[in-house]
Amino acid sequence: MFWHLIFSSSFLFSVLRVSTPIVFAALGALISDRAGIVNIGLEGIMLTAALGGVIGSAYTGSAALGLFFAILSGVLFSAILAWFTLKMKTDVILGGIALNLFASGGTIFLLSILTGEKGTSSSLPSKVLPDITLPLIARIPVLGDILSGHNLLTYVCILSVVGLWYLMNHTPLGFWIRAVGENHHAAESVGIDVFRIRFAALLMSGLFAALGGAFLSMGYVSWFSRDMSAGRGWIALAAEAMGGGLVVRTTITAAFFGLADALANTLQTINLPSELVKTIPYLGTIIGLALYAVRRSSREQKKGRS
Amino acid sequence: MNEGFFKTVRLAVAILLSLLLAFIIISLVSKNPLRTMGLFLFGPLKNVRYLGNVIELTIPLIFAGLSTAILFQANLFNLGAEGIFYFSGLTAAFVAVLVPIANPFLHVSAAIAAGAVMGMVVALVPGYLRAKWNASELVSSLMMNSILAGVGLYLLNNVIRDKDLTEIASLKLAPSALLPRIIPRTRIHLGLVICLCFVAGVYLFSRRHRIGYLLRMFGFNHRFVEYSGFSSFSMIIIAHLLAGFIAGVGGSVEVLGMYDRFRWASLPGLGFDGALVAMLARNKPLPVLGSALFLAYIRTGADIMARQADVPAEMVSIVQAVIILLISADRFLHGLEERRILKKALA
Repeated sequence: MFWHLIFSSSFLFSVLRVSTPIVFAALGALISDRAGIVNIGLEGIMLTAALGGVIGSAYTGSAALGLFFAILSGVLFSAILAWFTLKMKTDVILGGIALNLFASGGTIFLLSILTGEKGTSSSLPSKVLPDITLPLIARIPVLGDILSGHNLLTYVCILSVVGLWYLMNHTPLGFWIRAVGENHHAAESVGIDVFRIRFAALLMSGLFAALGGAFLSMGYVSWFSRDMSAGRGWIALAAEAMGGGLVVRTTITAAFFGLADALANTLQTINLPSELVKTIPYLGTIIGLALYAVRRSSREQKKGRS
Repeated sequence: MNEGFFKTVRLAVAILLSLLLAFIIISLVSKNPLRTMGLFLFGPLKNVRYLGNVIELTIPLIFAGLSTAILFQANLFNLGAEGIFYFSGLTAAFVAVLVPIANPFLHVSAAIAAGAVMGMVVALVPGYLRAKWNASELVSSLMMNSILAGVGLYLLNNVIRDKDLTEIASLKLAPSALLPRIIPRTRIHLGLVICLCFVAGVYLFSRRHRIGYLLRMFGFNHRFVEYSGFSSFSMIIIAHLLAGFIAGVGGSVEVLGMYDRFRWASLPGLGFDGALVAMLARNKPLPVLGSALFLAYIRTGADIMARQADVPAEMVSIVQAVIILLISADRFLHGLEERRILKKALA
């Protein structure tokens, strides 16, 4: 029964679906981390964008404009974080924590003003982004069931992975970002504007996290609910750390956490206690984080000895 | 103008600016802004019950603030107090429901002790991962929070839930395990005394005890601590055990002092507030008192405002975030400080 559920095309389909927001957030974690700034605000950006998308699409009646508002609000939010950490020299961790708390309370505040409710936005007529049937691929048996019919943003996510990989490895901007992250004094000495590169990296980080947030409220489900990012921003940070800041490895790790998430969703349908099953992605993250840290520290020890 | 005074001025300006923002939000949202602002600012002073609410809320905030401050001052960004509050509170409730002890003093002590031990055990997980293998305690402590919430809810639902009730709540806590009220006409309980003892204890520990001193130094420079014969490993573990202990007592005291059943179906949010309190207090134990009181005051004000006017209580989280951002911003009022240093140099 259990294996039957896991080895089915619908399960693999759901892995892709559930991984989408985590991969988006992990890409956001990656780009800012490579520039030398740990973006602790991912969780808050996702939440803000998720609500931005719902409000935007509900009041304009257009899913596309909703997506635009989601991105706008997420990027604005990360611009605030960037301004405080880069210009006002706020400790990046404290600033991020503050903004996450702000997002958690602020979204409920706004939701309550607009709908009179503090739980979900179900009374707002918000729009969802379309699912896409891939030509040709949809007709391939099994593979078509897994790959086709996803939400638009899932495909955007796959393209983002490719795009970010290209950006980081084959463009001057990617080179500058890495240079700034590795040694910002050296980067400065060769005339790279560290402030601008970091600001740009944080804005892009916000863009990716915002897409992840938009997917949550406009693709994954069709409404906003309080704290719906549910730790995905943090899981993404763990995935990025384990992926060593490399695009492909980070994506795979993030998808691995997506798998844990999908597993939790599937296991809830059979008779296992749902409270415990819900902890699987978090448990997976902590175990993954620990394994990664053990491996890294033993490698460092070896290096130290030789 | 000396440095302490300058910091006070900065704090005051940050608070004023955030209150200004609150007024702007209120005037945008409320139909009767002046009355709403009045409720927010002065509501808690209106009667003894409201003042009592402020103090009741201050108690868990002090515990959470102390716990987080110990970690923050050692440069350990751990947000695990949230999960510990929940799980230790539940542990205390288990003792209060399932272990029959007739003597109130012993029963209360046993329940709080169980919660405290549980807090230490839980804190050890991210602590050990960080100390031994340098795994990010920020991420692992947050994951622990979600795990503890799930496991706790499972235990609540399956072991001590009162099945006769529709809402999720435990069986009644034994009266012998409840913390007695100490001030009439309020719900202020003995936890107030306990938490004040903790403030004094942490203060003395960090000022008078060698390890407390080393913990503070550890935040500035971990090499210094290593020169004095302690490893980073033991410092990180000690900080986590202490923080877990305090948060564990805090969660237990909150449940035994404020409730007759365990009623948290999800994380109570008190742990994250601890991060706020610690930041406002610059991780020092005595200022934790003031910042917890301040936070409890504006929270209670926001609650009263939400109940009697048309602005949701969550407005207060916007106020808090702005205060934190401004206070932790090194550059905020930078010009003012520069002038101070210049004046000193010229004098």
